[in-house]
Amino acid sequence: MAPPSSNGEDGAAPGAPVIETHGLTKRYGSGPPAVDGLDLSVPPGSIFGFLGPNGSGKTTTIRMLMGLIEPTAGGARLLGEPMPGAARRVLPRVGALIEGPALYGFLTGRANLLRYDAADPTADPRTRAARVATALERVGLAAAAGKKARAYSLGMKQRLGLAAALLRPRELLVLDEPTNGLDPQGMREIRSLVRELAADGTTVFLSSHLLDEIEQVCTHAAVMSRGRLIAQGTVAELAAGARGRLAVTTPDTAEAARVLKEHGLTDLVVGEDRVTGELPPGPGGAGPEAVGAGGGPDPAGMGGGPDPADLNAALVAAGVRVRAFGAERASLEDVFVALTGEGFDVAG
Amino acid sequence: MSRAETVVGAAEVRVSRGPSPLWTLGLLRNEIGMTFRRRRTLVLLAVLALVPVLVGIAIRVQTEDGGARGGPAFISLVTNNGLFLVFTSLAATLPVFLPMALGVVAGDAIAGEAGAGTLRYLLVAPAGRTRLLLVKYASTLVFCLVATLVVATSALAVGALLFGLGEVTLLSGTTVPLAEGLLRALAVAGVVALSLIGVAALGLFVSTLTGSGIAAMAMTVGVVITLQILNTIPQLHAVQPYLFPHYWLSFADLLRDPVYWDDIRRNLGLQAVYALVFGSAAWARFTTRDITA
Repeated sequence: MAPPSSNGEDGAAPGAPVIETHGLTKRYGSGPPAVDGLDLSVPPGSIFGFLGPNGSGKTTTIRMLMGLIEPTAGGARLLGEPMPGAARRVLPRVGALIEGPALYGFLTGRANLLRYDAADPTADPRTRAARVATALERVGLAAAAGKKARAYSLGMKQRLGLAAALLRPRELLVLDEPTNGLDPQGMREIRSLVRELAADGTTVFLSSHLLDEIEQVCTHAAVMSRGRLIAQGTVAELAAGARGRLAVTTPDTAEAARVLKEHGLTDLVVGEDRVTGELPPGPGGAGPEAVGAGGGPDPAGMGGGPDPADLNAALVAAGVRVRAFGAERASLEDVFVALTGEGFDVAG
Repeated sequence: MSRAETVVGAAEVRVSRGPSPLWTLGLLRNEIGMTFRRRRTLVLLAVLALVPVLVGIAIRVQTEDGGARGGPAFISLVTNNGLFLVFTSLAATLPVFLPMALGVVAGDAIAGEAGAGTLRYLLVAPAGRTRLLLVKYASTLVFCLVATLVVATSALAVGALLFGLGEVTLLSGTTVPLAEGLLRALAVAGVVALSLIGVAALGLFVSTLTGSGIAAMAMTVGVVITLQILNTIPQLHAVQPYLFPHYWLSFADLLRDPVYWDDIRRNLGLQAVYALVFGSAAWARFTTRDITA
């Protein structure tokens, strides 16, 4: 993933974070802060997953980044400039979808986009109609552009919201739950759109409560819980934090467990026809590049203990009949549970 | 990678060419267009246009059986000259109908956008809070003017149809030609529209306080009606000159010869003060408020 060459006169230095916050805090009333001392750093060119259960402070953070609400303490920089102070210079270069789309039901889809574009004082009115048409095309709404927005389905509204974020070439896209309300086909389309935009050099900041979604598209991720940032880094680094488990499917569970224990596996769980265990940390550890963003079993994700091939040979040598053998890759969900010690539920 | 560079490069070329200052008017044009395309606005204007029709028919019916029996100063004049229906209708709509229609438009200006969630998208576009507020106020003022002209035009048409037009006898007894009468009618409409700028600012301020368009409309209309009532209570004589409806009917002074300017000037001065006070309050509130809707 190549970082965009942002050599603009007022832009950030190349390689400088696209989003940067220092001690960003928002407190409503006297309760616990909604966002507490957030230090976020989003590298240019990344697809950055912003993860956390509902109520963990993701949307409040995004609203502070976009200058909609004033932080109680701390500050944020967007594209190298302070927010909300530089909003007029920065925001035209940022596309956003915040907490779902909001549309004028009595206007057509096209008229909605024309209005949002007119709201941007730096958008050229001479190219407005063409840019609106392109954006509608890009999200697959060209055919429904003349319909009143109140007749749109939730998925169509979501697409129109995305089109509004794509009215101009953007350096940063902030997408809050972009696949909400979409069917699986729509979700796939959005994911490929996000990848396409990132390939063009746009940094994408994607919030979601769907771990799976983040895992599929993101290169980096940050995890929020109860207003605090509990981890951030590349998806590979995060997944490496929670080691994967080795799973053996066999009718000879007792013997398999004995062999695996001999080879240093810990936390063995013996099921009816299945034994799983945690591989010991090896000398090298898992390289960050080892775990790709793609799915599927990934042996290197287990850490750098004994070679799984040797383990399998040992099992067979001991007369264990192996039906299936493989690594269960650590998912972000495992990471999340490991980090917070809790399930992925709404924070109280 | 090279593809990325061309895209970013193109964006920078566009930025460096610099936006024209005129582009900022795009939002105003869009806002005015949107206001007058909304069915709600059209219904309000239709109701306002209906008032002169009802007033005209009422006067026609009343005068047919036994002629004018006193009544308000204008009504006896209407039967002689349809042009006076313009003044009668404006006098009839200014205390209630016009401020009410304005309360709907002004009260909904910010609160309606907040309630629909569109406010956050306008602000990240970025419309700019001060700019958006100015655009909203300007389009509300355009609505004041259009609403007043709708009443005046409808009244002129109905008046001409039911009573005919002719030379105009002013309130001071002087007779002027129809052309000058029409000119004075236009001036009256202008003063009536300007009489509403205080309410418009009040409505806009209320609109920045809440996230519900309906609540803002109701509150604005409520305040207007309360002040009208206060304006009629004799014991409150001391404060009445400071209530914005107090000099509203002074537009009739434009129909004297020579024109009696004192109350008109007081009216416009008072409206300007209200517009300034509530405009500043709206600005102070809107530019510092957290947008959580």
